[in-house]
Formats: sequence, structure tokens, C-alpha cells
Amino acid sequence: MRRQETSTGLHGHEPLELRPATGAHPTRIERSAGRREAGASAPAPQRNAHFGCRLVEGAGGHSKARLRYHYESEDMIKVENLRKTFGPKVAVNNISFNVERGEVLGFLGPNGAGKSTTMRMITGFYPPDAGTIRVGNHDVVEEPIQAKRLIGYLPENAPSYSDMTVRGFLGFAAEVRGLRGHAKRNAVNGVIEMCFLDAVVNQSVDTLSKGYKHRTCLAQSLLHDPEVLILDEPTDGLDPNQKFEVRSLIKRMSEKKAIVFSTHILEEVESVCTRAIIIDRGVIVANGTPEDLKARSNLAGAVTLSVQGANSQAITDKLASLPQVEQTQAISVKDGVIVVRAFPRASEASALALGVAELARAQGWRVNEMRVEEGRLDEVFRRITMPDTVKRAAAGVNA
Amino acid sequence: MSPANSAWSNVMAIAKRELAGYFASPVAYVFIVIFLLLTGFFTFNVANFFEASEASLRGFFYWHPWLYLFLVPAIGMRLWSEERRQGTIELLLTLPVTPWQAILGKFLASWAFLAIALALTFPIWITVNYLGDPDNGAIIAGYVGSLLLAGAYLAITCMTSALTRNQVIAFILAVVVCFLMMMAGYSAVTDFIARWLSPGAVDTVASFSTITHFDPFSQKGLIELRDVVFFVSVMAFALFTTGVIIRAHRGG
Ligand SMILES: Nc1ncnc2c1ncn2[C@@H]1O[C@H](COP(=O)(O)OP(=O)(O)O)[C@@H](O)[C@H]1O
Ligand SMILES: [Mg+2]
Repeated sequence: MRRQETSTGLHGHEPLELRPATGAHPTRIERSAGRREAGASAPAPQRNAHFGCRLVEGAGGHSKARLRYHYESEDMIKVENLRKTFGPKVAVNNISFNVERGEVLGFLGPNGAGKSTTMRMITGFYPPDAGTIRVGNHDVVEEPIQAKRLIGYLPENAPSYSDMTVRGFLGFAAEVRGLRGHAKRNAVNGVIEMCFLDAVVNQSVDTLSKGYKHRTCLAQSLLHDPEVLILDEPTDGLDPNQKFEVRSLIKRMSEKKAIVFSTHILEEVESVCTRAIIIDRGVIVANGTPEDLKARSNLAGAVTLSVQGANSQAITDKLASLPQVEQTQAISVKDGVIVVRAFPRASEASALALGVAELARAQGWRVNEMRVEEGRLDEVFRRITMPDTVKRAAAGVNA
Repeated sequence: MSPANSAWSNVMAIAKRELAGYFASPVAYVFIVIFLLLTGFFTFNVANFFEASEASLRGFFYWHPWLYLFLVPAIGMRLWSEERRQGTIELLLTLPVTPWQAILGKFLASWAFLAIALALTFPIWITVNYLGDPDNGAIIAGYVGSLLLAGAYLAITCMTSALTRNQVIAFILAVVVCFLMMMAGYSAVTDFIARWLSPGAVDTVASFSTITHFDPFSQKGLIELRDVVFFVSVMAFALFTTGVIIRAHRGG
């Protein structure tokens, strides 16, 4: 049932590399060795002093245990061939990926793609139909409690007990996390500060605005300073300032944790993630750094030129005659300014800008602006996850 | 912290939250007032406490199965359906607690709440001691039986509450199940079974009746092992089934 990319895209470029239906692993993008080394030789991360909880479960501060822990388990989350069906509906189909400490993995995909279902399996809420999940060194199905101790989880829609106060709710979560007395109070105060909840600590949860409710549930997930953080749409329903705060919070915490978060907002992926996975209909269709994904855009490497003048045809013709140019496109003519775009041949992408610049000088064009496009994530996203019918229609129109 | 220790402290943390939840809303106080008014009404008006001219609480306990039929499901209906409706079940079951700890914690909290309501009937006990010379051992047996009966109904309500995200449906289902269990012991039903089915089935059916097992406590003042075992088994079975239902829901 997997679609095939029939058209070569809008501008005759290389089609996106699509994964086979079996969901074979997309190439892992390895992090640079230097960074890995730095992580390993750095002193064991010092937990925030006021979070009175352990780094290694039960290891209560034996430095040996800490070091071993740090050397051996860089992969904090290992998901292999995960599958989940609801009746006849296959929600997650053979998904595999790893997340290392220090990584922030963005989970993208249209609604109903299977993001939340995957996260619910990682956090032990849904048992998988097939496949394995390891968090830290624990299999989530075999040792759910040990795995859950390592995880902080913000479920979709940020549920919380509406009849409790913010402080009461966080206190309850802390107790279930095994924190008591001083440790509990410090942990609760710590997350209240981190998530800017000071103003509402004694307010009952059902009287909170959506943003505060969301952050209350987020605070709950941070109480035990978890190694693994799973956030299902953490910025959903927040205003732009709150979104910014949550993003900075994620970035601040990312160094010592493995973080997975799902989102619809693509700019969030670019600003926060070290890697992104796109899921569509239960299958991983792309896996790479935001830069990798952007480079797959049709737009990537294209040169956009604003020139003063009126005859766009003459300009596009000249551009098309360059050996580096595969195709040209007139974008707009307005107020005596022509905007045109040249798309490079695959082999000549790096030489395009120079070629265009020399041509402009030779022709004496009055260039207002010249820009090499990075590629746009939303365009890549749309193209990968577009339903078959829409895709076929689009291909027909552009053929 | 040893595993057993932390298991128990999880149960207590969950129970504490649930119990605090009851008292955070006026519903709890309204419930207690209604419970006390109804026990008073049944005891003094329906059971003719004063005319009976005997110093005992038999009349008081006699109506408990009927009172609990509605009041216990009203207290227990929200236990799991509300978790499901608000989505907090996802939070609860992804915290490092086992489903059994959560089920037990919630159950114990509601049971403790019912015990508090029951304990607040102590003025009636004082009254009979003031007016006469009752068998206080029998009264204690009555209270023990009443608490066990409430626990059995409550466990059944837990089970129906896990079935649905709608509290009202959970309530109705619980009332129906508890009602059937009660009726199995009434002579109207046992006569019917004796006449139309087999006389041998009467004992079997009646042995599942909450009335059959509650009467020795309430009317004879006896704490018999088989009755205790019956109520504890009902609770264990219903709570176990609750676990199965919750597991099935998570499985999708
Ligand atoms: N509990 C459930 N019962 C039945 N179907 C479900 C359930 N949860 C998810 N689904 C279905 O599985 C698919 C994936 O859902 P989900 O993981 O929530 O997607 P996403 O989070 O990517 O929007 C959807 O088609 C959804 O309808
Ligand atoms: Mg979702």
C-alpha cells in the first residue's frame, strides 16, 4: 500500500528518498565523535543540588556506578520494530529508533500518524503488540517500574487532577516518585520555579488557564529530574511567550537528558531538535537532523534573485542558459522588481550562486537581492506526508 | 526503601490523594449528612427503634444493605471513570506505580471514607447504651459486618467504574449488580427458585447473597468466618476484575 514517488517533484529535482513499507531503519545520523568523547570524559553530571534524587537507581552516589552508567548506556531509549494495532487499524507499524543522552528528538507527523501511540508505548501506558522498548537498561514491558522511574512524561492534553491545588498535585506526584520530606519540598519548589508556577501554587487546577495547566503537568514530569523526558505536544495551546519559555527550558535541559517531543510546529523543530523523525501512518518516513531534512527540500540550493526591470522572460531565459541551472521559475513582477528563482542541477548545486552572480554582472542587472535557499521544512513535511491522492493530483498538474 | 515498603507507600500516597479529594469538595459533607439522616430515619421511623423496646441496634443495621445500595455506588462511581474521562489515568499509570497499587489505594481511600461516615453514627450507639443495656459485642459485630458489606459494594463499584468514563453509567451498573446480589437472599427470590428451578439451587444462589452473609452480623451479632471470607472474596474478586478491565483498556 506504500506509495511510490512517481513525479520528480515540482521542479524536476531528485525525488525524496522514501523508505520501504517494512520501515527499515533510515540511516542513522551519527553524532560527531568529538562530542561523544566530550560527553564521556566529562565528570559525571552533577544533579541539581535541590533535587534530592539519585542519578543511578539505587546507586546512592557511588561514583563507580555513576561512571559505569555514563560510559555504557549512551542510548537512553532503544525502540525496535514497535507495532500497535487498534482493532483493524494499524496505529504504529514497525518503528525503530534510538535516542542518546544529549539528544532532543523531534517527533513530527500529521494528526493520527501514531506519535502519541508510540510515546504511550515508551512510557509503558500501552503495551506494544510487537517489538521491544528499552529505557536506560530496562525493558519497559519486563521491568516497567524501573523504566518508569527514569522517565518524565507529559501526556497529550496535559491531564492533571482538577480538584487539587497545583502544589498538592505536584506533592502527590513527588510522593509517588518516592520523594519525602525535604527532598519532596525541594523538588516541588524547584519545578514550580522552573515552570513559572509561583503565581498559582495554591490555586486549584480546574481554575487555571490552559497555559498554566499545561505547565503544571510539565512540572510534574520534571520533579525527579528524569534521565528521559517524553513530551507529547509540550507547546500545544500556549501563547507565543509561553512557547518560547518551554522551548528554552527544553534546550537548557537537553544536555543531560534524552528528550523526545512531538509537535506540529516546524520552526520548533529547527530551533530545539538535534534530530527529527517524521512519522506518517505509523511508519517512519524520514529521520535526520533538521538540516538534513531541509536539504531534501526541492528548494534547497536554489537561488532567488530580485532584479529591477520589467521583462522577467528575458531574465529567466538568460538564467536557464547557465550550465548549472536545471530549471527556472518566475515568481513575481511588482513595482518594477522581478523576482525569479533558479534551481540547480544536482551535480552543480554549489556552483550555482557564483554562476548567477557572474551572469548578473555580465548582463549589468540591477540586483536588489540574491539569496541561496536553505530549503524549507514545511515543504519537505508536506511532500513526505501528503496523502496519495493529493500527491498524484499534484504530480499530474506539474507533469 | 525495600520494595514492599515502597509498594505500600505508593498505595498510601494514592489513597491519601483520593481521600483528600473527597473532602476537598462539599459533596463529601453532603454525603455524610444524607447518610446520617437516612440511618436516623430508618432506625427511628421505619424500624420503630423506640417501640421495639429492646436495647439493640438490629433495626439500625437491618436497613444498611438498602442504604448502601445507593450510597456506596455514589461514593465509588468516580474512582476510575473520572480518571478515564480526565485522562489522568495515563498520568497515574505511567508513574512508577503498579496498577494494583493504584487500585488498592483508591479502594482503601473510599472505604476509609465510608468507615468515617459509619463511625459518625456513634450517637445512636450512645443512645442505646443510655436508654438500656445492649449487647455491645453484638453491636460491634454489626459494625464490622456493615463495614464489610460496604467494602463489597464498593469493590463492585470500582469494577463498574473502570468499565466506563461516564460516572452515571458506572453508578447504575453498580446498583444493578449489588441489587441482584442482595435479592438472591430474599425469600421472594429463593421461593421462586425453589418452585421453578430446582430446590437444590436455592442454597447455591442464596450463598452468593449479601443479605445471607450480612444477617449473622447484624441480626445475630455473630462474626462468623465464612461470612467474613465471603465479603473478602467478593472484594478480592471485584478488585481483581477491575485490574483486568484496566489492563484491557490500555491494550486498546
Ligand atoms: N485508544 C485507541 N483506540 C483506538 N484507536 C486509537 C487509540 N489511540 C489511537 N488510536 C488511533 O491510532 C492512530 C494514531 O493515533 P495517535 O498516536 O494519537 O496519533 P498522533 O498522536 O500522531 O496524532 C489514529 O488513527 C487513532 O485514531
Ligand atoms: Mg497525538
